[in-house]
Amino acid sequence: MKHIISVLVENKFGTLNRVASMFSARGFNLASISIGETEDPEISRMTIVTRGDDQIISQVLKQLNRLIDTIKVTDLTKQPHVERELLLMTMKLSRTTQHEIFELINVFKGKVVDIKQKSITIEVIGSPDKINTTIDIFRPYGIRELARSGAVAIHRGES
Amino acid sequence: MHAPGEKLNGSEIFFECLRRENVSYIFGYPGGALLKVYETLYDIKDIKHILVRHEQGATHMAEGYARATGKPGVVLVTSGPGATNTVTGITNAYMDSSPMVIFTGQVPSSLIGNDAFQEADIVGITRPITKHNFLVKDVRELALTIRKAFYLATNGRPGPVLVDMPKDVLNAVCTFEWPETVEIRGFKPTVKCHQNQVEKAAHLIARSKKPLLYIGGGVISSDASEELKRLAIEQNIPVTMTLQGLGAFPGDHPLSMGMLGMHGTFWANQAVNNCDLLIAVGARFDDRVTGKTDTFATQAYKIHNDIDPTNVDKNVKVDLPVVGDAKHFLAAILKEMPEEKTDRSEWLADIRAWQKQCPLTYTNESDSLKTEYVIDEVCRQTGGDAVVTTDVGQHQMWTSQYYRFRKPRSIITSGGLGTMGYGLPAAIGAAFGVTDRPVVLFCGDGGFMMNVQELVTAVYYKIPVKIFLLNNSFLGMVRQWQELFHQEKYSFTDLGDSNPDFVKVAEAFGCRAMRAENPDEAKKAISEALAWNEGPVFVEFKVIKKDMVFPMVPAGASISDMLLDRLNPKTMV
Repeated sequence: MKHIISVLVENKFGTLNRVASMFSARGFNLASISIGETEDPEISRMTIVTRGDDQIISQVLKQLNRLIDTIKVTDLTKQPHVERELLLMTMKLSRTTQHEIFELINVFKGKVVDIKQKSITIEVIGSPDKINTTIDIFRPYGIRELARSGAVAIHRGES
Repeated sequence: MHAPGEKLNGSEIFFECLRRENVSYIFGYPGGALLKVYETLYDIKDIKHILVRHEQGATHMAEGYARATGKPGVVLVTSGPGATNTVTGITNAYMDSSPMVIFTGQVPSSLIGNDAFQEADIVGITRPITKHNFLVKDVRELALTIRKAFYLATNGRPGPVLVDMPKDVLNAVCTFEWPETVEIRGFKPTVKCHQNQVEKAAHLIARSKKPLLYIGGGVISSDASEELKRLAIEQNIPVTMTLQGLGAFPGDHPLSMGMLGMHGTFWANQAVNNCDLLIAVGARFDDRVTGKTDTFATQAYKIHNDIDPTNVDKNVKVDLPVVGDAKHFLAAILKEMPEEKTDRSEWLADIRAWQKQCPLTYTNESDSLKTEYVIDEVCRQTGGDAVVTTDVGQHQMWTSQYYRFRKPRSIITSGGLGTMGYGLPAAIGAAFGVTDRPVVLFCGDGGFMMNVQELVTAVYYKIPVKIFLLNNSFLGMVRQWQELFHQEKYSFTDLGDSNPDFVKVAEAFGCRAMRAENPDEAKKAISEALAWNEGPVFVEFKVIKKDMVFPMVPAGASISDMLLDRLNPKTMV
């Protein structure tokens, strides 16, 4: 089963490497990992997407906790949370396809971030599932390059 | 000694910190990146620097010292090759949870990443084999980093911590400040066990008809032997120990069942698979212990106490996890035990029957020598009170079987990693820490050659370590597997034609050396070696070539399926 884990870590060099190499050393699945500074510049938040049964996920959480540079490990999977991923994608552009591409950008609530005569760069934000669908739908129009950020996630606030 | 507030350079700060961490010995080897440190060291008298002959030797010595004393072992090596030579020793300490702090010199900060001379990314290399590591980028961070390194190495589950110190940091000057307290927000080990879990465990122990204590190295590193003895003896609970747990409970006590697992005793393994309650304390359900996990202790309710939560449910699913320090756990259990006791005479009788069915035995012949006899005889002559270090292989397993350890911190051996070459330096390190008990090394002819250079260290520092080389002219344990499981193809395990004359080798190093080829000579050589304390003494025992360690659980089999019969070794019980 897919799990989304949020990890607060010390904002130091090597921390990402410690986490990533722990996953590879112990043979855990690492579908995506993203990291960025938080409101406190000494702390970064990592969002990790992994897969495994309960026993494996329990080990993943404990092994993450065991690293000295991790401050807090939360499995968001079964808690109310918001999960988003950013997709940047450059498409081929031609007279025959441009109309449909613009339609689809609207459907997916995307944005045009750059446009040239023969190419267009678009940005789509959504859950990883939505990003997967977006890519599937756009694929027939000719994707030149794409980049995904990996999921970032956070707890939903208190009401 | 300098006081906080003084202006000091990085090297001076380094030694001030070691003083404040009560370091008595450093095991080290100088080099370019450490010239400033060794310049400072030249005038230091209160911290003893032990010059090794290979950095791997330094790491094993530091670990031997740590295991014998409970204090962290300290290593000091230069950048590049000095640092990379420590990798095996660090991994060994990591696998066996030994407290160690390794200081490596590094090229100047401005050259890091430039493939400079003697540069190695040792922080990157050792990330997966240390509990934690640091690169010090500013001299003002040096004292706090060293403080943190010792704190991490010795608190919670012990382990090795590495501190990488660039040359410019060691030369730079700043005001020395010693942090009295240390706070690491990502490191808060659970030492005190949860009271509800303890009460539940105590309740189960009190009512169990067939309980078994399964004791690991955690009981030794938390100094919990007294609590263990009280619990086992007062409640009449048999005790089996892992390789690293030996000595936690006296091996000559009737409740001691010796080691369990692959080369454990038949009765210990039978007890595991027949007990109704397994109480694992400071042990991690290693594959050498459990054999096939889905047949391991299937009839038992399993309690597991460990300081490291990752050990819980890692290999074997347990019923009652109790995270916390072993000493705290056992003390808390003792408080909860009720007055009335459950009768366990039937259970103990079952165990005695298994013991009678397949005891540990060997036959002695007057004209040839067996390793089992040598170990047995050393045990007799030292009363089971020596600090025994081993290398890795058959002699190591026979040590676990025939040396009846009576005290904790008595066996120093490479368990998790199985590092050949560990024994000699570990014995030397242990002997720096322990002076009131003899320090004995059992070593094979293969492993001895892997760190033979450290014999110089033992001779130079007049370390009275008893080096007992059990020479069967083979890589015996590999040979045993080749015989049992690989069609007797003794591929590259016969060292007979290539081994040197070991007595001459030892003498060339300046070591007193003897040879024994039969039980009478062996007995005499052992007593001579034990009586001589002017320096190291070396005895080569020419033991028979084709001996095998039994009983044995083949890899991946259930631990109740043991190979027992020497005459017909492939038959299981």
